[in-house]
Amino acid sequence: MTLILDVVSGAFMILGSLLALTAAVGIVRFKDTLSRMHAATKPQVVGLILVLTGAVIQLHGNVDIWMLVLVGLFTVLTAPVIAHMVGRVAYREQGTTDARLVVNEMAEDQE
Amino acid sequence: MTVVAIIAGTMLILAAALTCYRILAGPNSLDRLVAIDTAMAVAMCGLAVWAAASKDTTVVPAIVALSLVGFLGSASVARFRVGDDQ
Repeated sequence: MTLILDVVSGAFMILGSLLALTAAVGIVRFKDTLSRMHAATKPQVVGLILVLTGAVIQLHGNVDIWMLVLVGLFTVLTAPVIAHMVGRVAYREQGTTDARLVVNEMAEDQE
Repeated sequence: MTVVAIIAGTMLILAAALTCYRILAGPNSLDRLVAIDTAMAVAMCGLAVWAAASKDTTVVPAIVALSLVGFLGSASVARFRVGDDQ
C-alpha cells in the first residue's frame, strides 16, 4: 500500500514539475506579453496543483495537510484575477494583432 | 522518493533558470511581472516537493505565505505600476 501511494504521488510530482518546466519554456519562447501570460497561468496552476496533490498523498495522516489544500484553493482563486489585471494592462499598452483574435470585446470599449 | 525529488528538483531548477532569463531580458515590466509570478509558483512547487521528500511539514506555512504575498505583489504591481516610457 505504501509503495502504491509512493508511486502515485511521485508520478503526480514529476508531472507537475514537468508542467512547471513547460510554463518556463513558454515564457522564454513566446513573443508578446499576452502569449507569455497564457504560458504563465494555465500550465503553472495545473502543475502547482499536481505537485500539491503529490505532496498531500505523500504526507497523508499529517495534521498540516489542510494548509496545502488551502494553497491549492487559493491559487485557483487568485490566478484568474492576476491574469485578468495583467491582461487588461497589456492590451491597453501594447494592443494586439486583431487578426489573431476570434472575439475582441475590448476594441469596442476603446473606441 | 529520493529519486522523485531529484528528478522534480532538477526540472524545477531548470524552470527557475529559464524564468530568470525572462526576468532579466523581458522587454517591459509586465513581462517581468509575469515571469516573477511564475518564479513564485516554481518556488512553491519546490517547497512542496521538499516537504514531501523529507516528510517534514515545517516549510508548509511558507508555501501559504508565498501564495498570499505573491498574489498581493502581482495585483498591486499590475494596478499601480507606471508605464515604462514615462
